Amino acid sequence: MTVLIALLVGLALFFATGLAARVALQAGAPAPLKPLFRDMPLTAAFGLAVILFYILVAILAPVLAPFSEHEVLGGQYLPWEAPHYLGTDKLGRDMLTRLIYGARNTVGIAFATTVLAFVVGSILGIWAAVTGGWIDQALSRFVDALMAIPALILSLLLLTIFGTSVLTLILVIAAVDATRVYRLARSVAQGIVVMDYIEAARLRGEGMWRLIRREILPNAMAPLVAEFGLRFCFVFLAISALSFLGLGIKPPTADWGSMVRENATLITFGDITPLLPAGAIALLTVAVNFVVDWQLHRASGLKE
Amino acid sequence: MSETSAKPVLLTMRGIRIDGRSEDTWSPIIKGVDLTLRKGEVIGLIGESGAGKSTLGLAAMGFTRDGCRISGGTIDFDGIDLMKAPEAERRALRGKRIAYVAQSAAASFNPAHRLIDQYCEAPVQHGVMSREKAEADAVELYRRMRLPNPEEIGFRYPHQVSGGQLQRAMTAMAMSCRPDLIIFDEPTTALDVTTQIEVLAAIRDIVAQFDTAAIYITHDLAVVAQMADRIKVLLRGDEVEEADTRTMLRAPKEDYTKSLWAVRSYARPVQPPVTTGVPVVSVQNVTAGYGAADVLKNIGFDIHARRTVAVVGESGSGKSTAARVITGLLPPRQGRILFDGQPLPADYRQRSRDQLRQAQMIYQMADTALNPKLRLRELIGRPAEMYLGLKGKALTERIRDLLRLIELEPDRFIDRLPSELSGGQKQRIGIARALAAEPRFIICDEVTSALDQLVAEGILKLLDRIQSEFNLAYMFITHDLATVKAIADEVVVMQNGRVVEQGPKEEMFQPPHDPYTELLLSSVPEMDPDWLTRLLAERAAKREGQG
Repeated sequence: MTVLIALLVGLALFFATGLAARVALQAGAPAPLKPLFRDMPLTAAFGLAVILFYILVAILAPVLAPFSEHEVLGGQYLPWEAPHYLGTDKLGRDMLTRLIYGARNTVGIAFATTVLAFVVGSILGIWAAVTGGWIDQALSRFVDALMAIPALILSLLLLTIFGTSVLTLILVIAAVDATRVYRLARSVAQGIVVMDYIEAARLRGEGMWRLIRREILPNAMAPLVAEFGLRFCFVFLAISALSFLGLGIKPPTADWGSMVRENATLITFGDITPLLPAGAIALLTVAVNFVVDWQLHRASGLKE
Repeated sequence: MSETSAKPVLLTMRGIRIDGRSEDTWSPIIKGVDLTLRKGEVIGLIGESGAGKSTLGLAAMGFTRDGCRISGGTIDFDGIDLMKAPEAERRALRGKRIAYVAQSAAASFNPAHRLIDQYCEAPVQHGVMSREKAEADAVELYRRMRLPNPEEIGFRYPHQVSGGQLQRAMTAMAMSCRPDLIIFDEPTTALDVTTQIEVLAAIRDIVAQFDTAAIYITHDLAVVAQMADRIKVLLRGDEVEEADTRTMLRAPKEDYTKSLWAVRSYARPVQPPVTTGVPVVSVQNVTAGYGAADVLKNIGFDIHARRTVAVVGESGSGKSTAARVITGLLPPRQGRILFDGQPLPADYRQRSRDQLRQAQMIYQMADTALNPKLRLRELIGRPAEMYLGLKGKALTERIRDLLRLIELEPDRFIDRLPSELSGGQKQRIGIARALAAEPRFIICDEVTSALDQLVAEGILKLLDRIQSEFNLAYMFITHDLATVKAIADEVVVMQNGRVVEQGPKEEMFQPPHDPYTELLLSSVPEMDPDWLTRLLAERAAKREGQG
């Protein structure tokens, strides 16, 4: 029964958020964007609302959080009672505070990583497809070699070589992910490079950068955007996996992945607290994919 | 073309309405068309693309494409109401009593199975005959379709036979259950004229032999004149008129039909041949090819300013390869290209920006030649921005001028995407993009072959006007001799990578010809309904005379 009620409340919340977001976006958007938001499906509106909420929380973390990120405030595993509305963790730090700061760290790092992986991977992939010849061969075989090594092992290796800071973490995961993006971008671009309009652009004397940016990238957008939604979720997993092994985000910095692990024992006592950071990740990935699906639909011109 | 008016009626379509869905609204494609077909009769459906020919043809099988629905009317096939019949019953008819021959046999055959396996599928599936009998039958029909090696050709895969042979194999396949009705959807449109003749003759004979009724869909009037007993003209989902072939050709009633008939009469005034002066482009002793094979063998021709040189030949003759050599995409093994008497670097990457600007290209398929994600402003504006350094207001003004030049309203079109244009409009954008560079020489690669005749005529007139306005030299690649007649000054006939004949147009269209030119010229369908019969008789007589 409670499950059913929870489900209904969840659905109601989903529709309410979606509708409210759509109305708000339509009212707030500049004139040329209005039709875009008017035809937006509810799922996408919900996704946008959730993403905006996360961004807001991440930016305003110091203001919103009731306590300090690292401070040990009292007993371990305190129940959900004021002033610790979501209890405390195994060191006695405020759970709510750490969830809020986690948005900053985890989402920030995951986003930066995915964007970097896509910028590097897709530009190199398209460049290889346009250039062809030995440059393509050399790059592609190098990427093949990298992809032959399991991603986790490779990241561990690179992190032990370059040390563990947030910056190296971003660079390493981005490098590993960029190989996957490179493969996709290259194969998509190979289909586009043979089109007459690319030949026309080459005969016009266009440079490489313009070819990639204006002639090929817009036409390769649909699969890349779809891949972005997926990759973004995998990066969360990668970060938590590395954090679990002690090579990811260093304690005491709050990170959703490590928060799940640190508090996992509570599950055995029927306490759902460790599910909160997990839920935060899940909600964001669902939201991102709603928006990505919507963009994909628009970009590819697919009909229902 | 037998006497058919006494035969029983096979197919009756009354007040057919078909809607297509775009976004969330249904809009009519066919707006209430009637069609009656007797046993053994061939009806031709003609009209421009978008007229609803194929949609109506498919509806005769009680079938619609995805996103379409039959919203009204009745279809009666030999006493069966196809609108009310359950899907299973309709499926039992298809392939067995009603067959369909698609435009592109290459795209319609399954590339992973041999021809004969695909032939046998329908008769075995429908329980008409056993596999062994079907195979024997296939060989017989392949022979009747005049395919070479009828015993063996069925054991080849689709990619191992030529386009014309594939189209005939497909017709044979459609005949496999001896259907009462075959729907031919532009079966020869993708073929060369010389191949087209063989396919047309084979189709006509086999339909007559088995007394099969047929719906023949095409946009080529001369073809339909050979094939059909009656012709029905469609325009935007409505019937314009219907009459028997001879009446229709002799005395069309409606203005629209008359305009269709008149298209082929367009021809530009004859210009005096140029003998002096430096040609804009001069191709000299060029040999080129891919891999080890030579596609071009020592070809040469000149193109002067304000002149159109038509390069004709079948597919595979090397026409487009010649264009690739001139543009620098394929450096030649021997020979050179002169521009204004100066040699051009063989590779386009070594040519200066100004050399690139001078020679522009217009492509056959505007769909793939225009970047679908760029708006017209950028598509047309980019060459002007790059070569002429125009920016801001001056650039916008130039784009608007170009749009006006190609007869598109600037305010309505400047911010559109290519997908928001019709086929003819897209081709006009291709022309505007070439003009934006202010070139002196344009290569037109089959620019009208993907377009309807009326639209194509508009494009030819536009090209003609622009040529005299800007003093352009054209190299016009085509396999359509009607187009050559319309706009060429000089003709270069190519076969297997060699130039077999070249000279002014008037000379080319007058005997004596090179034998290959003769074959090409005589293969162009004429509007006379007796043309095919006469031509086949002539060729047979000639062969006998030689033998």
